Formats: sequence, C-alpha cells, structure tokens
Amino acid sequence: MSITALSFLAAAGGEEAVNPLLPQPMEIVGALVAFGILYWLFKTKVVPNMEAMYAERTAAIEGGMQQAEAAQAEAAAAKAQYEAQLLSARTEANEIRETARAEGASITGEMRTQAQAEAARIVDNAQRQIEAERQQAVVSLRQEVGTMSTTLASKIVGESLEDEVRQKGIVDRFLAELEAGDVRPEKVGSAGQDA
Amino acid sequence: MSLNVMLHHLVPALAAAGNSEGGEMHQPGPNDFWQPLIHIGGNDNFAITRPALVALATVAVIGWFFVSTARSLSVVPSRKQWYAEQAYDFVRNTIGRDVIGAKDFKPFLPLLLTVFFFILLNNVVGIIPFVQFPTMSRIAFPLVLALIVYVVYNVTALKRKHGLIGYLKSLVPPGIPPGINVLVFVIELATYLIIRPVTLALRLFGNMLAGHMLLLVFFVGAEYLLFESQGIGMKAAGAVSFAGGVLMTFFELLVEVLQAFIFTMLTAVYIADAVSDHH
Repeated sequence: MSITALSFLAAAGGEEAVNPLLPQPMEIVGALVAFGILYWLFKTKVVPNMEAMYAERTAAIEGGMQQAEAAQAEAAAAKAQYEAQLLSARTEANEIRETARAEGASITGEMRTQAQAEAARIVDNAQRQIEAERQQAVVSLRQEVGTMSTTLASKIVGESLEDEVRQKGIVDRFLAELEAGDVRPEKVGSAGQDA
Repeated sequence: MSLNVMLHHLVPALAAAGNSEGGEMHQPGPNDFWQPLIHIGGNDNFAITRPALVALATVAVIGWFFVSTARSLSVVPSRKQWYAEQAYDFVRNTIGRDVIGAKDFKPFLPLLLTVFFFILLNNVVGIIPFVQFPTMSRIAFPLVLALIVYVVYNVTALKRKHGLIGYLKSLVPPGIPPGINVLVFVIELATYLIIRPVTLALRLFGNMLAGHMLLLVFFVGAEYLLFESQGIGMKAAGAVSFAGGVLMTFFELLVEVLQAFIFTMLTAVYIADAVSDHH
C-alpha cells in the first residue's frame, strides 16, 4: 500500500492526513528511554546472574560426573576387596578343614592308643589278680598240705608225739628256731601276707 | 450493554477508530495510529502517545519477569526459572551463539535480549485486549532500534577491523577483478551504511502497520455491516468479516513473533559480520 493510497484513505475518513513515516519526537524519546531501561536491566541484573548460574550448573554437572566416577572407583575397590576377602575366607576354610581332618585323625589315633593301653592294663590287672589268687591258693594249699602231712605223719609215727610234754618241746624248739632267724617260715609268712 | 458497546470496550482501537454512529463507515487509515493521550503544551510533537506508554509498560513487564527470576536463580530451576531460561536460551544460543559465534557473542547478549523481547512483547500486545496497539507500527520505535543496531555493528566493525581503512577494505572480498572491484565496493558501502538500517526499520514498521490496519479493516467492517447496515445479506457479510478478522488475528500473532525473530536475527548477522576476521 503506497503512501498516497494511505493518504487517500485518511482523506476519505475526513481527517487531516498524517505521514506515518515521520517519527514523532516524543515517541523517539520514549523508545530511547524504554530501550535504555531494558538494556540496563538486562546488562546489569539479568545476563550476569544467568551466566553465573550457567557456569555454576556446568560446574555442578562436571562435579557430579566426577563424583559418579569416584563412586564407581570406590565400588570397584570394594568389589576387589570383597573378592580378596572371599578368597582368603575360602583358603582359611580349607585350612580349617585340613586341620580338623588332621586333628580328627590324631584324636582317633590317640583314642585307639588309649583304648589299647586300657585294654593292656585290664589284661595286666587280670593276670596279676590271677597270679595273686594262684599264689594265695598255693600258700593255703601248702599250709593245708603241711597240716595234713603233719597230721598224717603224727598218725604214722604214733601216739608218742601226742604226748603233751613232748609236743610242747617240739613247738618250743620250732619257735626258737623261728626266733633264731630261720628263712623258711618267713618265706611262708611273706607268701601268706601277700595274699 | 449492547454488543456494539461491548465491542467498543474490548477493542479500544475500534472505540477510537470506529465511532461512526449511524453515519458512513469509518475507513481505517494511518491516522488511526496517531493516538496522543497526554498533551504537553499545544504542540503535538511533545504529546505523550499511547504507544510510548505501551512501550514503557512492556519494559516494566519484561524487566519484572527477568529481574525477579534472575534475582533468585538456582542450579535446579523452578518452573518460572525454567520458562525464563527457555526464553533466554533461545536468544542466547539460537540467535546469539549460533550466529555470532561462541567466542564473541557474550558482550552482545544484553543488546540481543533487549531487542528481541522488547519487539516481541510490543508486537504481541497488538492483539492483546485492552492494549491492542502494536508499538512498532509507529516509525519512531523501529527507527530507534535500527539506529542503535546500526551504531553497534558499525562501531564494532571499526574496532575489529582496525579503523576506518580496514573496515572499508573489508567490504570488498579478495579475488575480485579491478573495475568490478569498485562497483562491489559501492554496493557494499550502500548496503552497510544505508540499506541495512533502513530495511531493518521499515520491515518491522511496515509489517506491524499493515497487519494492524488489516485487522482494523476486518473488525471495523464487521461492526459496520453487523450494526449499521440493513438486510440479512449485509449481516452475513459482517459475520464473515468478523470471522476473517479472528483468523487474521492468529495470522497476525505469527507475523508478530516472526518479525521479532527476524529483527533480532538480522542484528546478530550484522554483528557477526562486524566481528568476523575476513569479509
């Protein structure tokens, strides 16, 4: 639409034509003031703050990534440590098993030895008892045989030996012999005491 | 309250433009964009106009939004901060960093942000009820912005290309035969010094003026046909005109956003040109 056409329209409206291409001075002032204020606000209050925030955000994101990397490294270290611990635990378990097996074997052996010793002791005891009883039997048998042989001998020798006086004399003599230190009766006595 | 009055309330531009009680249809024109609100003295030159107040109001809104957000920023954004970041990042990364280059874009960030959000909001208020005036349809505003950009990219180029001689030399790309050489220089000089600022200002101004005038035509026409004229055919045409106006309003929104983007993008391109080492 050309300027003449616009002028024609304006004229048709019954008003004085205004040239729209001529700036009104007050509007130029208004535009400068408006632009100036807005520019000042953006330059001093908005752009520095926004740029600072962006820098901070970039730093935060980079920091976050570093943190994540650190966390990952930490996790890897923890895993390695855990595996090492697991390995050592396994080794330890093996050792303990081996020790237990060896101990078990030694305990079994010991028990066997003990049992054998016990058995030997019991057998020994039994043998000794048997021996002692045999000795006792021998002693008592000897006494009885002595008594019986004495009795038999006196029956065979006759009534003379039954004479009280003589009998007394023989007994005295026998006692005297005992006091003199004859070995034979002591042997008999010690065997009797042993039973 | 009649629909007519309601429409006037909702569309202040209509209230100003379409007061044609019972008479002939008001034909929308550039005069509708001259809306002085506060007169200082008798001179129209010093009247405070509606777009000037709208511009200051948008500065207050943009300033409040970004400053209040930037005052309490956190690395993990709140909802409001997220929205602000999306808007900020669009200008910062898509327009600033990608066009000017990661090395040089930071000093120009406040300029790009100011230009983009100032134009965007001032365009969008053109279809927002109760404001409904595109500030950029007044030549003073796009002109001031274009001149600021003009000064910035020329001063930057003078600094970066080691003075006036270096700047003028950089206008001609190497490897052009003598003779044509001169022609290219003249064209480039005109481009850098005249064409760029003029097109920058006029593109934005023209789009906003024409777009808003188109809406005025549709809605003023709809109003006239619906309420002032007789006959079912006229009323139907009025309804169609109204529907067309609604449709054009959405189209206008697209144009408004696009123009803000284009202006800022070109600003970045010119600055990129100025900071580049070669032509």
